[in-house]
Amino acid sequence: MLIIDTATYDAIVAHARRDHPDEACGVVAGPAGSDRPARFIPMLNAAMSPTFYEFDSGDLFRLYKEMDSRDEEPVVIYHSHTATEAYPSRTDINLAQEPNAHYVLVSTRHGADQPSYDGPVEFRSYRIVDGEVTEEEIQVVADYNTGDI
Amino acid sequence: MAIELRVPTILRTYTGGEKAVSGDGSTLAEFIDNVNGAHPGLKERIVEGEPEELRRFVNVYVNDEDVRFTGGLKTEVKDGDVVVVLPAVAGG
Repeated sequence: MLIIDTATYDAIVAHARRDHPDEACGVVAGPAGSDRPARFIPMLNAAMSPTFYEFDSGDLFRLYKEMDSRDEEPVVIYHSHTATEAYPSRTDINLAQEPNAHYVLVSTRHGADQPSYDGPVEFRSYRIVDGEVTEEEIQVVADYNTGDI
Repeated sequence: MAIELRVPTILRTYTGGEKAVSGDGSTLAEFIDNVNGAHPGLKERIVEGEPEELRRFVNVYVNDEDVRFTGGLKTEVKDGDVVVVLPAVAGG
């Protein structure tokens, strides 16, 4: 199960809507071993594409160096799909290389990017290990530390 | 002295869980071969094809520089250098 606070959840959705029609991507880092997504880090999609995302190699290096120095790991790796459901594509599965991460997908299809849109935005979470996708429950809490909903 | 390899989580199955291992060589290709001797299987997760090239979705850095800009597998390395391997974060 992914437990995530409201502010981080909202920030991921806002990033996905803002970058539409390109895919948005980023990380939520957390203390190593905690499984707690604590620090929201939106990343640039170097592919600048509606169907592909990739962190720039220099950005990737700086990100991991910074996480390492803070004893953090990528608890959540998120990206958006702009025209399809929030389910990992074949490419997502083939390229998933963080076995401990929660892979979060958001979909901005069906006009969910529009400023006037106020319906729910598809937001789902998966584990992707050795090509195997397992969807998991998401619990959104007001404050991670207290567990209040 | 030796050259240090920082191993990403997904490849630590080849290093008995170690985050960093060390080896020798005068080029990145030699260094990877050398490290692979002690940790078999590691190389084929970083390098592919004939002639050998870095895998498209694996990034390798020598002292903070992406080796794609410094000669790839021919990049020169020396004692004290730090080689970092990071899988790309990418998808569709």
